[in-house]
Amino acid sequence: MPAMKADAKQRTPGVRPRFAWLSDRALVRAFLTPTMLLLLLVAVFPLLWSLYLSFTKYSVIKDQNGPTWIGLANFNRLLGDQDVWLRFTTTARFVIPAVLIELLVGFGLAMLMNRAFKARGLIVTLMLIPMMLTPLVVALFWRYMYQPDSGVINYWIHDILGMNRVLWTTDIGVAMWSLVLVDIWQWTPFIMLIALAGLSAVPKYLYEAAEVDRASGWFKFRHITLPLVTPLLLIAVLFRVMDSYKIFDQAYALNISGDVNQVLSIYLYQMAFGDFNTGKSSALGYIMLVVIIALAFMLIRVLNNLKAEEA
Amino acid sequence: MAATDTKAKEVLAGPPPSAVEAEQVRARRNQARTGNLLKSILFWVTLGVAFMFFMFPLLFMVSTSFKQRSEVTAQPPRYLPGVDFTPTLDNYVAVFTKSSELGTINSSQDQRATEASAFGGVLLNSVIIAGGATLLAVILGTLAAYAFSRFKIKGEGDLLFFILSTRMLPAVVVLIPIFLMFTKPFGFLQGTFLDGLSQITFRDSYFGIMLLYTTVGLPFVVWMMKGFFDEIPKEYEEAAMLDGYSRLEAIWRFVVPEALPAMLATAVFVLITAWNEFVFVLKLNPGEASTVPPFLLAIIGYGQVEWGRMAATSVVFLLPVVIFTFAVRNHLLRGVTFGAVRR
Repeated sequence: MPAMKADAKQRTPGVRPRFAWLSDRALVRAFLTPTMLLLLLVAVFPLLWSLYLSFTKYSVIKDQNGPTWIGLANFNRLLGDQDVWLRFTTTARFVIPAVLIELLVGFGLAMLMNRAFKARGLIVTLMLIPMMLTPLVVALFWRYMYQPDSGVINYWIHDILGMNRVLWTTDIGVAMWSLVLVDIWQWTPFIMLIALAGLSAVPKYLYEAAEVDRASGWFKFRHITLPLVTPLLLIAVLFRVMDSYKIFDQAYALNISGDVNQVLSIYLYQMAFGDFNTGKSSALGYIMLVVIIALAFMLIRVLNNLKAEEA
Repeated sequence: MAATDTKAKEVLAGPPPSAVEAEQVRARRNQARTGNLLKSILFWVTLGVAFMFFMFPLLFMVSTSFKQRSEVTAQPPRYLPGVDFTPTLDNYVAVFTKSSELGTINSSQDQRATEASAFGGVLLNSVIIAGGATLLAVILGTLAAYAFSRFKIKGEGDLLFFILSTRMLPAVVVLIPIFLMFTKPFGFLQGTFLDGLSQITFRDSYFGIMLLYTTVGLPFVVWMMKGFFDEIPKEYEEAAMLDGYSRLEAIWRFVVPEALPAMLATAVFVLITAWNEFVFVLKLNPGEASTVPPFLLAIIGYGQVEWGRMAATSVVFLLPVVIFTFAVRNHLLRGVTFGAVRR
């Protein structure tokens, strides 16, 4: 087919091709250089710079003379700081329930929708909209719905169900769950989308074979569906863990109260741009980075093991 | 449901039954039918609940954008314009005419975005910045992806992984050095013969943030487009080259038209990412070149919150995203997983 197309537009003989002097090698170089250059300048260089800063005592507004080298002092102080550990547990208190619930609900919905029904395409697409929306705007709108006295959610809880109003963003015990709920609303569709792809890829004949053997629904789920969908679900979880770990916009917009509810990114932001502890915050940034890379590697390992088992 | 379906079909297609068998068949058919009905009801109810959970905030946002101030906080809440309240376009008028008023009161750096006042200007900034970054990222990234897809490159795997890894970084971590770098990108020239350049700043400029968003988008474009190019057979341009075209001509005339739909889909994702970005613009462009997200935050920043206006602004800002989502609905899977999952 491609050959035919080219034939159809065969160039007039005798006309010399333009840019023929450009060798493939030069072409590759020309194609790759801009991308690599940009990544080096705007991604790698800043990272190296902040690595350097993490070993210094430096505040952008106070230290006019530039950073002073202090070795590992920043890391020592941060790792010995109770506060820092608290942010890590806080972040875990957000990431774990959010991703778990998203996984369960998203997968459940995908199971439910993995069949032909009326207006399926439209319904699925509509349900996928949340994950494309601006996280900040989403959180701001939930903040409106979370209003203690005039919010729609408290109206249902108080006036319809007759329970006490909930202080969604100010009650320290509840606030984290409010953030989790916003995340669930926005990202369950993401898991659902990936799970749907996984489910639709399971060959039908496997189910038919199981049908012949009069296998139970649970058996089919446990031994056909689950093993085939798990690798894809793990990819989804990997993406979700990495993203929710660095959650900032929604937490910032929801402005939930309580020191115990401050996630890492917000804490880091305060340190860097509230207190202007540039050196120390760079060090914390690196600690965050190491943790997420370790976490990602663990998940990728699990994924590869699963793939190896399958093969 | 599928299981009972096949059972029901077996029943219908069975051999001509005797009287007793016919009775049994009828009973089983009825059973299957009520079973199906029940399952179908259960299915639609569950789906309906889930659907409402995801749609309600969106619909409520649209509805709120048509409310008058008193109705925004009314109890019980008003849901349907025209049914339980009279819709007004006041909020939408305010979106484009009212400046944010807050610029004068506040001194906090985070809220300085408001000084850009009117929404129109901020929206234009969003369009220019996101559009420019997308164009640049798609062009540069596609070129790199082509090179990765068609040629053997030393350390290709490592390079590709390196490109991807730049995407794992939490924005807040990169923000600190970027902030320093953008404040005085040519600061190191101070005292040299190019001293004039050392005072240039990228902060509050289109250029700096565009470059940043381009860099954020690049890994995505490279990975996505490499996946697409891998699916276009090599023979495509090789045939053209046998016909006397140079490689660059072959790419331009045969590969690019073929890859264009993929490029457009990729562009939409880059555009949406740049459109949605918040923390970089909050810190780097607090003034004239700010975009919509910080502006929205500023609207509800202080005192009496105008939720109606916030909702109307959000609707205007999110509408393009919703339209684009529908436009690329068949590419969503690939897009949200960086091309890791294809179908």
